[in-house]
Amino acid sequence: MTDQTNPLVEMKNISISFGGIHAVENASIDLYPGEVVALLGHNGAGKSTLIKILSGAYRRDEGDIMINGEAADIRTPRDAKKFGIETIYQTLAVADNVDAAANLYLGRELQTKWGTLDDVAMEANTRKVMGRLNPNFKRFKEPVKALSGGQRQSVAIARAILFDARILIMDEPTAALGPQETAQVGDLIKQLKQDGIGIFLISHDIHDVFDLADRVFVMKNGKVVGQARTQDVTKDEVLGMIILGKVPPGATPGPGAMRV
Amino acid sequence: MADTTHSTTSGGASQTGNPVTRFFRATEIDTRMLGMIGALLIIWIGFHILTGGLFLTPRNLWNLSVQTASVAVMATGMVLVIVTRNIDLSVGSILGFTGMAMGVLQARLLPEWLGFDHPAIWIIALACGLVIGGLIGALHGLIIAFLGVPSFIVTLGGLLVWRGATWFVTSGQTVAPMDVNFRLMGGGTEGSIGATWSWVVGIIACLAIAIAIINARHQRKRFHFPRRPIWAEYFLVGLGCAVVLGAVMIANDYYWPVNIARRYAEANNIAWPEGGLLISQGIAVPVLMAIAVGIVMTFIATRLRFGRYVFAIGGNPEAAELAGIKTRWVTVKIFALMGILCAIAAAISTARLNAATNAQGELDELYTIAAAVIGGTSLAGGIGSIAGAMLGALVMQSLQSGMVLLGIDTPFQRIVVGAVLVVAVWLDTVYRARAK
Repeated sequence: MTDQTNPLVEMKNISISFGGIHAVENASIDLYPGEVVALLGHNGAGKSTLIKILSGAYRRDEGDIMINGEAADIRTPRDAKKFGIETIYQTLAVADNVDAAANLYLGRELQTKWGTLDDVAMEANTRKVMGRLNPNFKRFKEPVKALSGGQRQSVAIARAILFDARILIMDEPTAALGPQETAQVGDLIKQLKQDGIGIFLISHDIHDVFDLADRVFVMKNGKVVGQARTQDVTKDEVLGMIILGKVPPGATPGPGAMRV
Repeated sequence: MADTTHSTTSGGASQTGNPVTRFFRATEIDTRMLGMIGALLIIWIGFHILTGGLFLTPRNLWNLSVQTASVAVMATGMVLVIVTRNIDLSVGSILGFTGMAMGVLQARLLPEWLGFDHPAIWIIALACGLVIGGLIGALHGLIIAFLGVPSFIVTLGGLLVWRGATWFVTSGQTVAPMDVNFRLMGGGTEGSIGATWSWVVGIIACLAIAIAIINARHQRKRFHFPRRPIWAEYFLVGLGCAVVLGAVMIANDYYWPVNIARRYAEANNIAWPEGGLLISQGIAVPVLMAIAVGIVMTFIATRLRFGRYVFAIGGNPEAAELAGIKTRWVTVKIFALMGILCAIAAAISTARLNAATNAQGELDELYTIAAAVIGGTSLAGGIGSIAGAMLGALVMQSLQSGMVLLGIDTPFQRIVVGAVLVVAVWLDTVYRARAK
């Protein structure tokens, strides 16, 4: 997969620090169309911070972001969306008190020619998208608060794909879900992958993502330990990368690799 | 990725349940709102009995509507403020300051170069008041949003600053009288639109209700959404029209006081009839203003992007920010809007008093917040409705005027109003906990 076309996303030598602490230091990751890349590491390894730079929630101190080989200036979530980058946050980031349609279109509401909200059209499109993602979803008029964890997750995912995302970032996508719902998210990821969407999966739990991912990047203490194709390494070897920073033979070491 | 067990279909569910549940589901009437209306009716009937039939008279209800107008106008803005997890303690002081500014403009500055009772005075004074109110609110909003000072502190400061500034404008002197046209905004005999126009307004309102319901049904049909049963639509139109026309009838049933009617008769060479001259007051101008504000604010809150953002920010500020909403500017706009509404309320109350004083609007911030909260606005953010807040203002005012009619002393009135506020919010908490 890695030897074809330009990378969809390339983050090169990214650094960011908060009050003197390097949250991310000289990290480089990339993603190709139709590829699922898992970003692994302990809590506080810097993976969420790195990805939030891509989604515009944080501004990098140093480094470049290339989208389709061209430099992209991403400063706000709005900028990121312009490049087709959609993020599903760990906290889901849905507004609990409004309904599914309002959440799907939050920040990008459809308007009538009078400048008022076109709720009817938004709800119609929402029904269409949700029908594709989750045909059992029927509670369109209720605040999202009333929904189950899986239903809320499907609202968050629907929001991301509604606007033709090319790059999807999923931060701990299955953390809040039961086994059945987790399997459904897995199916959905495969479906999106076939559509040529590039997906970043972020997790601290290797079991959540190893089988879904084509490649893994491992981060530790704000640095990239290394990357590997999942077919070239075992789960235990990746676990060694996460815990010790030890890079196995099948992987490419990064700046954070353990010195031997 | 659904668990199907949690999903209920709204279409099929309407067939089940007892007749009462089915009725509410079909008409989509908000039971919480209904509870408030029920509480209001209990208060009204209770006072009516206690006062020996003084409360539910056209005269008292008409006065009640006029007295409610000013706080009701501000409560509509307070809903948006509280929904975004902010608070505005300065509304009474902004009311005082903008009222004083408008008073000085129309009573002292403008007449100097336009002459007294110039027809443009009232509109210039009002426009200046609205601009000043908007600027003060925007200033508060900027400090809250961009300097990160909590709204409680900013507006607590504003409460002191603008009250002090009100005093400074005239060194504490009361400004009176107000411009003739400006005074119409305060209600009273001249500030009411009379029987004919009241009917016209009532009929227009009825038509608007019918059109709105037909239009909503049409839209739902177009996209194949579940619709209310047709009898429920007729019922809602009928109920809406009955309430509107009933209110018009009551307003028209309150006649001009004998003295004013006699003077009017003399001035217009009308022979004084046997049973007295009965001229209907009709709906008061401040009440019309409050209703108009309520409609506009409801439109803003539910039909515009801005309103959607307000509620989204209240529900989850982080999610709103991540969705690309410029939350800071939304905050600035909310407070600016609040300031403008304070100026409208100031126009109503200065016109009603026919004077601008430096104590005007004192404690109004508390009544406004109380009205919004009694009306179902949650201090935790994200929940609230404009109509509820206006109804809340009416509940507060009903309590107060009822107690005045009963001859209860002012200190005791405050004790009751305070206790009612706490009990109302407690009941609401219980209701919400059970609704979950």
